[in-house]
Amino acid sequence: MAISLTKLDPNFKFQVASTPGGENITRCFACGTCSAGCPVREIDERYNPRKIIHMVLLGMKDEVLKSDFIWLCTSCYTCSERCPQDVGITDLMTALKNIAVQEGYVHPSYIEQIKALSSFDGLYEIADFDNKKREKFGLPKIQRKGEVLKEIMDRTGISRLAGGEK
Amino acid sequence: MKYALFLGCTVPVRGMNYEIAARKVAERIGLHLVDVDEFTCCGFPVKAVDVETSFLMAARNLALAENRGLDICTLCSACTSTLTEVNKVLKEDEELREIINEKLGNIRYNGNIEVKHFARILYEDLGICELKNFIVEPLEGFRFAPHYGCHYLKPSEVYEEFDNPEAPVSLDELIMVTGAESVDYTTLKNCCGGGILGIDENVALKMSAKKLMELKDKDIDGLISICPFCSIMYEGNQKKIEKMENAEIGIPVFYYPQILGLALGIPPDELGFKLNRVKPKAFLEKLGA
Repeated sequence: MAISLTKLDPNFKFQVASTPGGENITRCFACGTCSAGCPVREIDERYNPRKIIHMVLLGMKDEVLKSDFIWLCTSCYTCSERCPQDVGITDLMTALKNIAVQEGYVHPSYIEQIKALSSFDGLYEIADFDNKKREKFGLPKIQRKGEVLKEIMDRTGISRLAGGEK
Repeated sequence: MKYALFLGCTVPVRGMNYEIAARKVAERIGLHLVDVDEFTCCGFPVKAVDVETSFLMAARNLALAENRGLDICTLCSACTSTLTEVNKVLKEDEELREIINEKLGNIRYNGNIEVKHFARILYEDLGICELKNFIVEPLEGFRFAPHYGCHYLKPSEVYEEFDNPEAPVSLDELIMVTGAESVDYTTLKNCCGGGILGIDENVALKMSAKKLMELKDKDIDGLISICPFCSIMYEGNQKKIEKMENAEIGIPVFYYPQILGLALGIPPDELGFKLNRVKPKAFLEKLGA
């Protein structure tokens, strides 16, 4: 992947810095502590936090936002705990994902989660079958109507990602 | 000790053994847990999509507990970190709190409650010394490997550093108070990979495999989890991992309240062991149950 100077967006890092979680990106001095301790990178080279941060600082906006790798952060916070510059890398990755969503790139697994939250007020349906099982084990019945979170997501506009209102 | 019990999404459907054991243990030690029917998902799943939405979901749950004058007890570590983080931010940033309250509309959060994981309540509110007084059936001769997971202790700045994520001790001490041995191992602090199971199953399973492949050669009676998602990875997906690694693993994964319950003298058939996916037959036999 060669860098194309004409395609770089010098304002991208400022967009990231003004997004919640991305505030400290320009503090990075590329020491690589994040990548050295990252449990995902240990398995899959596609995910490399130092590289992603550097790509943002260079302004490689499209490459970052369209990539699969920004979705591979498990949010384990190992990098954030160890970063000597307090870049807050886990929250920075969240900021990048939030920007990617705003620009129209949302990972399909999140669309499924939004649909579930809209329908059940949680990630899983608690069906009659589940409540019967709960009752058998002496646990109280749970009734979630699936209206509360849909309303919140309608208000913030993320329902539209799952084909809902707005 | 009185808390609102925040079950989250996964525990009440896929981690009933955790819930059963936690409720039984709470009863024994005088921890009063109150059910709040209106609780929803904590907000963690939408953080990657839109931080503001996750703040609204978390703030609404915090407000529901506050309205009842209760602090929150969590079982899932992802719920713990989301609710604890949003709670801290909203307590410190009055301006943001007003914005969030305005967007919530019909309910408001004033920043007056605490959020704590069940294990942290045992460790901090009750304390190891006090907990020791309740032990009637010490689990002598048993060896367990603790799995702290990530969000129980990280990000550390939201947890008032009650334990050190780089060298944690709280779960080890909670295991040792049962009379069992807590086994140290190289991959102790590894992430289970659960956060990306829906993104790339292969990478997620390989992350879980690291720990299980180390532990399969250790002389242990089980891995101790305090998060439903970590258990799904290490227990629910253990068969898949065995296939992937072409190895026999067969490590039982217990929720901490299950083994604490035994030490408190609660009969094994009241602690949900039937629902454990890796059948703890050898363990229960050793126990004499």
